[in-house]
Amino acid sequence: MDLKLGHYNKDGIEVVDVEGEIDVYTAPRLRELLIDLVNKNNYQLVVNMEKVEFLDSTGLGVLVGGLKRVRAHDGSLDLVCTQERILKIFRITGLTKVFGIHGTVDEAIAAKKSEK
Amino acid sequence: MATVEVTFTPLPAHVRTARLVATAVARRSGVDESLLDEVRLAVGEACSRAVEAHRRHCPAEPVRIEMTDSGERFVVVVSDHAPTAPARPATPGNGPHPKTPENPRTSGHDGESAIPAGFGLAVISGLADEVRVLSTSSGVSVHMSWPSTAAPS
Repeated sequence: MDLKLGHYNKDGIEVVDVEGEIDVYTAPRLRELLIDLVNKNNYQLVVNMEKVEFLDSTGLGVLVGGLKRVRAHDGSLDLVCTQERILKIFRITGLTKVFGIHGTVDEAIAAKKSEK
Repeated sequence: MATVEVTFTPLPAHVRTARLVATAVARRSGVDESLLDEVRLAVGEACSRAVEAHRRHCPAEPVRIEMTDSGERFVVVVSDHAPTAPARPATPGNGPHPKTPENPRTSGHDGESAIPAGFGLAVISGLADEVRVLSTSSGVSVHMSWPSTAAPS
């Protein structure tokens, strides 16, 4: 499978696990999931990218779109990513300044809780 | 004559195939292992751009990729046949000012634009050593290259 998605709730925060490649073909599925979660009133999201093998600007667009949707409800969308090859596209595009990027899901959740 | 030429139906599903082929040819051409991720990403961006342009303007026309091992450089050209619109400014950042048709990939299904048009080309310019975007009334070709060493015999 090109892209595998899952999600669960932890400490009131919806964690989205993404595995595989996020590109022009697979990104719509992630987009639909994020839209669905927001429509179900989940506005505090953490997207775990640790098993993402590829991410292009289509994927970035989906993440930015998700961020905009949750922010419209005073929510937030943070990322978990330590892979340099994935972080590279965030750096090239300057989006490291837009997204909170953490080393683990627990760190991301702790950061969200400390913001409250 | 290109070392390898690939044409594919402009469907998003085939962009991954193009990425894999380009990476394999780059490796064989002697592009350093540390640059292969950049090749994969840049070629994917160029192909995604071309696919979306074809889906809007000429869905029956294939997208073309030419990969050439020139000895010192590995050159990839991704060409589309979609007519170009008036130039749009690139997003703030390191990218060039491409003359490209509006990229519908950046528009959400609900009409909002998550990221501006031309973003893919801006990403490419941050990944490839040399990037040229040639735009004519009959289409756009994106030229990218990376340093390579002679492939082992």
